Amino acid sequence: MKKLLLATAAGALLAGAASAEEIKMGMSLGFTGPLESMAPGMASGAELAMKEVSDSGLLLDGSTVVPVQGDSTCIDAAAATATVERLITAEGVKGIVGGMCSGEAIASLQNVAVPNGVVMISPSATSPALSTIEDQGLFFRTSPSDARQGEVMAEIMMEKGIQNAAITYTNNDYGKGLADAFAASFTEKGGTVTVNSAHDDGKADYSAEVAALAAAGGDALVVVGYVDQGGSGVVRAALDTGAFETFVFPDGMVGQALVDNFGDEISGSFGQNPAAEGEGREKFLAMAEEAGFDGSSAYSAEAYDAAALMLLSMAAAKSSDPNVWKNNVMDVANEPGEKILPGELAKGLEILNGGGDIDYVGASSIEMVGAGETAGVYREVSFDNGEMTVVGYR
Amino acid sequence: MDILNALVAFLNFVFIPAAAYGAQLALGALGVTLIYGILRFSNFAHGDTMAFGTAITILTTWGMQSLGISLGPLPTALLALPVGIAATALLVLGTDRAVYRFYRVQKAAPIIFVMASVGVMFVMNGLTRLVIGVDEQRFDDGARFIIAVRDFREWSGLAEGLALRSTQALTVVVTAIVCAALFWFLNRTKAGKAMRAYSDNEDLALLSGIDPERVVRLTWIIAAALMTIAGVLYGLDKSFRPFNYFQILLPIFAAAIVGGLGSPVGAIAGGFLVAFSEVAVTYPWVKVAGYLFPGWEPGGLLQLLGTEYKFAVSFVILIVVLLFRPTGLFRGKSV
Repeated sequence: MKKLLLATAAGALLAGAASAEEIKMGMSLGFTGPLESMAPGMASGAELAMKEVSDSGLLLDGSTVVPVQGDSTCIDAAAATATVERLITAEGVKGIVGGMCSGEAIASLQNVAVPNGVVMISPSATSPALSTIEDQGLFFRTSPSDARQGEVMAEIMMEKGIQNAAITYTNNDYGKGLADAFAASFTEKGGTVTVNSAHDDGKADYSAEVAALAAAGGDALVVVGYVDQGGSGVVRAALDTGAFETFVFPDGMVGQALVDNFGDEISGSFGQNPAAEGEGREKFLAMAEEAGFDGSSAYSAEAYDAAALMLLSMAAAKSSDPNVWKNNVMDVANEPGEKILPGELAKGLEILNGGGDIDYVGASSIEMVGAGETAGVYREVSFDNGEMTVVGYR
Repeated sequence: MDILNALVAFLNFVFIPAAAYGAQLALGALGVTLIYGILRFSNFAHGDTMAFGTAITILTTWGMQSLGISLGPLPTALLALPVGIAATALLVLGTDRAVYRFYRVQKAAPIIFVMASVGVMFVMNGLTRLVIGVDEQRFDDGARFIIAVRDFREWSGLAEGLALRSTQALTVVVTAIVCAALFWFLNRTKAGKAMRAYSDNEDLALLSGIDPERVVRLTWIIAAALMTIAGVLYGLDKSFRPFNYFQILLPIFAAAIVGGLGSPVGAIAGGFLVAFSEVAVTYPWVKVAGYLFPGWEPGGLLQLLGTEYKFAVSFVILIVVLLFRPTGLFRGKSV
């Protein structure tokens, strides 16, 4: 009896002192698979935010943040589900940066995160289907829905005077969602979609797919695919057979890998990906350079913001329980309050600890709308003479 | 002019890709048919052995490239081929010693050999991935094009462009040389005649003093050479990824069976037949038709099957042949 009392007392003491905890934050990103060249940049972005918060010692009475990486594979929904399952049940993470690709994100969200009540903030899953998913307030994204990207892409093409285009998309939720959104918006603006057909990733040869696209014709080919996968395969085959000379690349294709693969062969092509300009982005790029990675790599800034948003929401809710802090994400992300840029997370934590309000702007100009996704600013890029140059933002 | 445009579009999108693909299938099917004719089983490990040979060739190619050895306009991989063939030959001879010989001594039924080869397939599958990984590898160097699209358009003034990659031409040329050498070997040399005799009637061959183990060894070595050459050509022309070599097993078997298992001529004919059917059935003919019949607007793409169904073509050909002519076009052995 005495022992039990002692143990209880000790337990109570411990519980009291445990307000400073070690908070594990999960990352479910496609370190292998069709976007593997983008995942390291995203992980570095998210870890940068976690380290900043951890080092400040201002989160929940000096709690430390420990990142836990998991491989979502991007294409294999079962593998991603298993990864998220491990992160939540075995590692006990309090929030997850991810998933990376739409199909995998939907599967792991519905199968694991929602039943377990853990928040996922995806930096890069952009399918329109995620806007309307039944998520019990547990899903957010720091990237905009592809419904918007489709519109932006159609606008850019119209301005360049491209009236008819062929579309090829990777055969999954991301590809089909974006291709359909673009086709609808392009047709509405008076353009003609000559063909809208799928390609499967992981094939040795895309000459048959390209032959079909070439037969339908068009002034440009919209490649809604992945740069490390079939997307590049289609472009290769199209260049080799001379089927198309101008390509339009959405976010899955825009990256340094595209320039490395094709150099000046794709001169005259253009594309866009979600990336904001402004003070926040500049600051993030400088911080990334100091930390030793390329902050301009696709979705790196969004990953930083996803991690920062989660940690700031914890501070606002004064709890690391995802079911509690999920209600604070929208408040932290939007007005009113002091604007918080990258590198100022400590300042944000201080204000929140003092009971104040913040408006997290972050590296990608976060402004949450609708069901918890950003309104979206896109970076328009063009490819000339083996270089990718930023044309502007819209 | 329109007829020329139609012809160029046909050559560019149907004939040239199908001819190169057909040559690759023909080489693969030759190996399958040789093993079937002499060892009397369908070797399921064929595709993955091709991948292994290609992986070794790629590693050797990289080694040569880092030493600064090159073949000028031709890919360096051709120089590395003998190393790949030797390694593959050693591997299949070892496999035969460890696995197949046991069943041969037992005079096991062919289906047992087939199942054993499925096991071998999985082992080779893993071995290849251990050696080179699962990712896509590129190892082509030298000149990329014999005819580039832009040059052709400028030269001819046609609306349609024509591209001929050097790997496509190389594939067809190498296949022709290999086939000629193989037929010469089978028909003119003593060892080749011994192999054919063993294939026609095992007991009679034994009675006339042919050493069966020697025939088996020769078969494996020739098959290893065919597999490695087919694999390297496929990898050069398309791209190397171990999983794709498992996938082309189906068209290769379709080719071998269409031609008639055990018939080398049939394997070559079957390879081209399967390749041309796959490409022609999934190609939208609207453009070619537009040039040939001006004024006709079909309103569709004139495509029989979507490109996603490419593999289905092999299946259909297989089923039709097995139903109506099980011995294949060239009267091979029935399955």
